Amino acid sequence: MRWVDYESPSTVQEAISLLSGEKKANMLAGGTDVLVQLRAGRGDANLIVDVKNIPELNEMTLDPGQGLTLGAAVPCYKIYGDAGIGKAYPGLIDCASLIGGIQIQGRASIGGNLCNAAPSADSIPMLIAYGVTATIASADGTREVAAEDFCSGPGRNVLQPGEMLVSMHFPLPKANSGARYLRFIPRNEMDIAVAGSGVSIVINDGVFESARIALASVAPIPLFIKDAGEALQGQPVNDASIAKASALAKAAAKPITDMRGTIEYRKHLCEVLTRRALNDAVRRAKGEQV
Amino acid sequence: MQVKTRVETTINGEQVEFLCEPRQSLLECLRDIVGLTGTKEGCNDGNCGACTVMFDGRIVTSCLVLGVEANGREINTVEGVAEGSALHEIQKAFLQGAALQCGICTPGFIMAAKALLDQEPNPSEERIRFWLANNLCRCTGYDKIIRSVQDAAAKMQETNA
Repeated sequence: MRWVDYESPSTVQEAISLLSGEKKANMLAGGTDVLVQLRAGRGDANLIVDVKNIPELNEMTLDPGQGLTLGAAVPCYKIYGDAGIGKAYPGLIDCASLIGGIQIQGRASIGGNLCNAAPSADSIPMLIAYGVTATIASADGTREVAAEDFCSGPGRNVLQPGEMLVSMHFPLPKANSGARYLRFIPRNEMDIAVAGSGVSIVINDGVFESARIALASVAPIPLFIKDAGEALQGQPVNDASIAKASALAKAAAKPITDMRGTIEYRKHLCEVLTRRALNDAVRRAKGEQV
Repeated sequence: MQVKTRVETTINGEQVEFLCEPRQSLLECLRDIVGLTGTKEGCNDGNCGACTVMFDGRIVTSCLVLGVEANGREINTVEGVAEGSALHEIQKAFLQGAALQCGICTPGFIMAAKALLDQEPNPSEERIRFWLANNLCRCTGYDKIIRSVQDAAAKMQETNA
């Protein structure tokens, strides 16, 4: 790795001034992506700004009236170790417990997964399905960006120079809601998604009240499939409704053929994973263990 | 100006001070500066788990931690697992079960397995395999490692019973 300086600010303001300074800065949370990239010679950073000592980035507050505020640097193990979050946001637990292995989960953060903006990122489809908004801070104040608008290309996001992700806000889950993230990998653990599907639903009296569906690894960015979710709205909770939404997810996927899978295979996976994720989410909405 | 950073940390219960470059990983600092070469480098990008150490009570791949991040933290390495010349039950089980050939992955497996058994004394085989998914071994085919962890768990439970 070429020479880099290291700073560990304790406030958002200090971090922003470092990010806006003369040096080209990379933010460090868990480091499980950024240190690998720096070591591979990617980018031109000469300053690492470790954001783990900033209180706002370590926040993990489940407010019964407001929902969940998740600081950008909170590592995965803290998320799946919290029973309250597990009950309220089981789809988030799905992601936090399948990114990397135990060692990676001891460091890696959902905020880092979002900022890294990999098309295959396991948590981003679920953030989109949950309707998460990201809070971004800069010298001018803060702004909010919806999860589906955060990534702008493979490894690229909407953060401008001098901006940083502070936290993510998850809306309060409604009654009779359920969520699920499923991915396909050729191994049992520790691999990059060939395809993934994150869904979040609300059911009311045997009918889908609302649904949001997003896919991983089938487009340059994690893909929000708005029409697949909308197609479920007002439809009875049954196989036919779920099959229709899954077919729309398949139709919207725009994968490439690479070492992990072909276009045809990935599109097929989108249908299968979305169908299974919706079925699991329905079971969770009914209070069943999945 | 390129200035080295002074790091004060605790390694295997002892206060340790060292100077490192901010770009150096904890793995490099442990091996090349502190001289604790028990922790091994495999892939150097977080995939293989050979460099697994405890960092404030959690296992991490030390290649993906900067040495400067160790300031004020508590590190435990494979050198601290045995008590003097008395091997830990996991180490004994690995020897008796022939759970290693070349041995490069072994310190990482020992650290990861110890972290599991310290918090879950009687894990299922599936749980052990899941927990150790971040540790790669190209010699044994894993079965001997899994069985040795199971044997160590049984022994540790006997001792604690």
